[in-house]
Formats: sequence, structure tokens, C-alpha cells
Amino acid sequence: MTKRNVQVNVEYLTRVEGHGNIVVNVKDGSLEECRLEIVEAPRFFEGMLRDRSIFEAQHITCRICGICSCGHTLASIQAAEDAIGFKPSEQTIKLRRFLLDMEILDSHLLHIYLLVAPDLLGAKSFVPLINTHNKVVRRALRMKKACNDVCDILVGRHVHPISCIVGGFTKLPREKDLDAMLEILRNMQPDMEATLEVASTLKFPEFERDTEYVGLVSNDDIYPLLMGDVGSTDGVRMDKYGYKKITNEFVVPHSSAKHTKLSREAYAVGALARLNLNYDKLLPPAIKAAEALGIKPKCTNPYLNTVAQLVECVHCLEEAIGLLKELKTSGINYDEEIAVGLNEQNVIPVEAGSGVGAVEVPRGILFHHYEVDDKGIIKNANCVIPTNQNVNNIEQDMKKLVPEILEKTDQEITLDLEMLVRAYDPCISCSAHFLNVKFVNR
Amino acid sequence: MTDKPKVAFFDFACCEGCQLQVANMGEALLEVLDQVEVVEFREVMSEKWKDNFDIAVIEGSITTPHAVERIKEIRERSRILIAYGSCATNGGVNGMKNNFELDNIRGYVYNDSAKYFPTIPTRAVHQVVKVDYFVHGCPVYPPEFLRVLKCALLGIPYHVPDESVCVQCKLNENVCMYERGLVCLGPITRAGCNAWCINNGNICYGCRGMVSNPNENGAIDVIKKYNIPMDLIMNKMNMYNKCRELDEK
Repeated sequence: MTKRNVQVNVEYLTRVEGHGNIVVNVKDGSLEECRLEIVEAPRFFEGMLRDRSIFEAQHITCRICGICSCGHTLASIQAAEDAIGFKPSEQTIKLRRFLLDMEILDSHLLHIYLLVAPDLLGAKSFVPLINTHNKVVRRALRMKKACNDVCDILVGRHVHPISCIVGGFTKLPREKDLDAMLEILRNMQPDMEATLEVASTLKFPEFERDTEYVGLVSNDDIYPLLMGDVGSTDGVRMDKYGYKKITNEFVVPHSSAKHTKLSREAYAVGALARLNLNYDKLLPPAIKAAEALGIKPKCTNPYLNTVAQLVECVHCLEEAIGLLKELKTSGINYDEEIAVGLNEQNVIPVEAGSGVGAVEVPRGILFHHYEVDDKGIIKNANCVIPTNQNVNNIEQDMKKLVPEILEKTDQEITLDLEMLVRAYDPCISCSAHFLNVKFVNR
Repeated sequence: MTDKPKVAFFDFACCEGCQLQVANMGEALLEVLDQVEVVEFREVMSEKWKDNFDIAVIEGSITTPHAVERIKEIRERSRILIAYGSCATNGGVNGMKNNFELDNIRGYVYNDSAKYFPTIPTRAVHQVVKVDYFVHGCPVYPPEFLRVLKCALLGIPYHVPDESVCVQCKLNENVCMYERGLVCLGPITRAGCNAWCINNGNICYGCRGMVSNPNENGAIDVIKKYNIPMDLIMNKMNMYNKCRELDEK
């Protein structure tokens, strides 16, 4: 090993789950310091929720994140309905599963194409790719828009969905809406094929670190995204109410994102965790894609989270089309359309209680927890966000990775570290603005 | 380098969903990119620009001492500054923080570690620096953003609609939420979103801020007619409109 000094200081890495910096300090060939600093301006959502109506929780918490706004919506609603003792209908659950498929598809596509692809194609962003890889960029924007258009029809818009609320939907898709969504998704299939073709030619860095993978697990055959227990590859399994025993949050001074750990020093959530936990439940085209891309459980290369996302894209598109067909066959019951507002008309009966939502959103398992009084006023709120759960694991990865790549140049080390963090898709801008990389001591 | 106008996007405390609305334009985005040169846009780009900007698009509220310095620096380097999305134009949901004592809310989220997280009352961008154009909404309504961008590029003013959401809502033939027994902020909220939420069966939450001259007597009549508790209305007003207090000082 080289007895060298390396100091990586990547400032301003990020967003909601963290504006962040990468700090690495190697002295005489040994790693002295290695951390992912989360310096996001805290927004205090949990504090702001207190004394507001549980019927406003979705509207507020979906605004934690513009990228996985629908994911927060679904976790928030699940927790809220659990807290007030409301059971959603089968039709509602089906529509929510469909929405979640679209959310994961949309977010993964954005990450794969606009954030990761530039690295693999040697560009600083997707903008230069407009000239060098015009067809790829156009395909990416087309697929992204397709997801967006489906969400526009289903819930009014993708960023901060309108009609998906506690109790169900304020507007249900008409027959022509179902047809329109189905057509958009079917038209996306050739683009998905082309995406897989490009992806199979991409080379990802080689690096292995075994960790504990955490995500939803279930007893049925459905790849669990919207509902389930919480499980891990180290054999943990408990119902969602035990989420605090899973996350064991602790605060560290260099981060406004709380850190988490379970059976070992750290654990990972996200597409790779889900694939490792529930591979057998992926739909057949997704299994086929996984085989073609050469990924199978238990995969311990964090860079391949992007590949796992691709496999999930295939799964979610397939599942979404299937759900739409089911809805078309069964027909939509429009009597379930509701107008709730702040429940001033007591449309939905409310009892005091505590509720937990545990939903797999694009970046991993998301928990919302609310306590409400008998008027449905929020007394306590807690949200545990996927990226928070990954930060500690990313640091452990960096600690193992840095000594293994010390023979590389500073630029190469920095890029490897950026790509590692980016692979976790910590949140969109996290991945795109690792700037002002400073090397000292050289 | 081209002589196209240099445009940069910056984010402060927000969810970055309004930036995402740009990516959601699909291939139409390429036409926009043909007219301008995007020199900085952290959400999707690694590049950074050291010079001045023709147009700076600002997303998010000002909530830390560091952000105050940063927005002032951006203002100095920008010919035109656009406040983009509710967080920037009226504080957005971040304004709800101002409903609490800062120490109280900080302690609630971070307990003993609260001291590591400096925070100041939420402010909209125009409450810290001069703003040339406003694109309201949580999230922004993409057709309006394109209109504003065109105005900014042509150097002509953009007039934010100053009638209430009800005007567009009626044109869309929605059943009034009050008739459905629900309290909606449409009557006092700025139009321009095409009554997006009500079209989709939800109420207006007032994300675009209040019209400049709300019909107070009309609102009082409505409140009386439908027997609406005052605290319910006030609570709703405090979701997006809390930062208005800082304007009135």
C-alpha cells in the first residue's frame, strides 16, 4: 500500500435527505477520517405537523421531497389511516399499488438516465449528451414524460399528487383514462427494451462489501412495495410497529440526517436491498432482465444498486400494466370517490390512536408515524427517510473502498467515491453536484 | 461558449419538486435548452459557473444565516432574478415553522443536538433580496413558468393573475367545494394554476398566496353562510401564508 496522503473534500453534495459533503483524509497511507456530512438546511417537518389535522398530513409531508412525493403520500396515508382506524377498500389499495409502481419507475429512470449515465458515458451531466447521445437523451425524457403523464391522469400531477388522500381518491380514473394510461405504458415497452440493451453494455466499478439489507417482506407472492412486515438479510423480521427497533436512530454532529443501525454497524435500504430480499417475487420479465444484466441475490456490490433499479423498472412497468388491466376488467366503482377536505363533515370516522406507515419508495423503506387525538389532530409525528438509513452504510462502504483504491489518482478516487454515493441515489441533486473537490497534502 | 442568455437554477430550503417540473416537460425541454444556456443546475448538472448570470431561477425559502449570504451573492451576480415556486415566493410550507418558537421546533426534531442546526424564521426570497419575476405555486404550473421565462428573455413584465382561483374554477365548471360542505381557500387565493387541485376533487390550500385585494366582506359572508369556525380558516391560512406577516412589518 502506498504511504500517501489523500484529502478529499467534496462540498455541497445534496438535498432533502441532505445537502452533503464527502470528507476523506488519508495520512501516510492510513485512513484517518471518512464521512458523508449531511448539511441540509433542516426543514423541521415533524415539528410543523404538530397540532395540524391528520387530513393535512399527506399534503404537508409529500412536500418533504419533490422526487418521491407520491412515495411520501402513500406512507403518510398508510400511517394516518392506521392511526384513526380506517381501512382502505380493495380498489383503493390497487390504485395505490399502481401509483407506487409509477413512482418507482419514474424516479429510477431519472436516476439511471440523467444522473448515473453521464458518469458511465464520461460526461459531466446529461446536457453534453444531448449532442453526443441524442437518441438516449430523447428516450430518457420521453420515458420520464410518460410516467409523468400517467400520474397527471391518475392523481392530478406527479409532483405533489392531488387526488390521493386519506380515505381513498377524490377523483377516480374514468374508462377513457384507464385506456389512455394503458396506451402510454404499452408505448413505453419498446423504450424499456432499448434501455436494457444499452444498460447491458455499461461497466460498473468492482467493489464488494457485505452488509445487512433491510426492506419490506411478506408471505404472499407479490413483490412487497406498499405493504408488508420489515425484514433483513440477517434474518430479522418484525411487523412495521417495531420500526424504531429497526432504525435505532442516532444523531451525529456532522449530519442533519439522523443515522441508523440494526444487527451490525450499518444497514442498507433501496432497490438492491429489495432485490436481495425478494428476488423470487419479481415478475418474469424482471427476472429475465436480471439474468441478462447478470445480477442475482445476494449481490453485495453497492454500485449495482443502479442495475437493481433497472430490474425494478421492468417489474414496475409490467405490474402497472397488469393492475390497469385488472381495473379495466373489474370496472371502477365511482361511489368510492370522496370529498374530505379537513374532514369538517366527518366523512371519515376518527378515533384517537397511533399509526405507522411502512412503504418501499424508490430509495428504500420509508416510515411515517403519527399519534392523533380523538379529533384527528396530530400530537406527535416521526418520519424515517431512506437516505438517512443509508448514510451510515455509505460511510462504511467508503471506509472499505478508500484503502482499496489508494493507487489511483486523486481525480479517480474522487470520482469513485462520488459514483458510490450516487449509486445509492441519495436524492437527485445529491448525485449531481459533488463540486469543489479539494485535495490537500499532495 | 455561446451568446445565448445564461440561466442558472439554485435551490434553498425546499423539496426541489419545482425543478423537477422542468425535467417533466419531456422532449419540449430540448426546445427550451435551445434558446438558453443553462450554466448551473445542481439537480442535474456537475458544472458550476463563476461569472454573472442573465437569469437566476431561485427555488426554496431562506431559512439559515448561510442562505441569507448566499442569496445576496447570487442577486449581485444576476441581471434578472426569478422566485420560482411557493417556497421562494411566499415561504411555502416552510412558513409553518414560523407558527412555533424556533427553539421549541428545533428541540422537538433534534432534542439535545438542536444546537448543531442553526435556523432563522422562514422568509420568502423577496423578503431578503429584490425579485424581478414571481412564479407562484406548490409546485409551479409549468405553462406559467414558460410564460414567465419568455417574458424574462424578452425583457417585458409578467403580470401574475390577481383574480381569485374561483374565476378559473368556475370556468372549469367544478362544483363549489363550499356546496360540498368543505372549506376551500380558492376565494382568496391568486389564480394562475387553472384551479389544479379543485379540478382533481381536492380543495385549494392557498399555495399561490392571497390576491392583493381580497374581498373581505365576501369572505365573511361565506364564512357566516356555511358556519365555518374561524380557527379552521386561520389554520389553513397559516399553511402557505404565514410569511405574509413579514411583508406587513
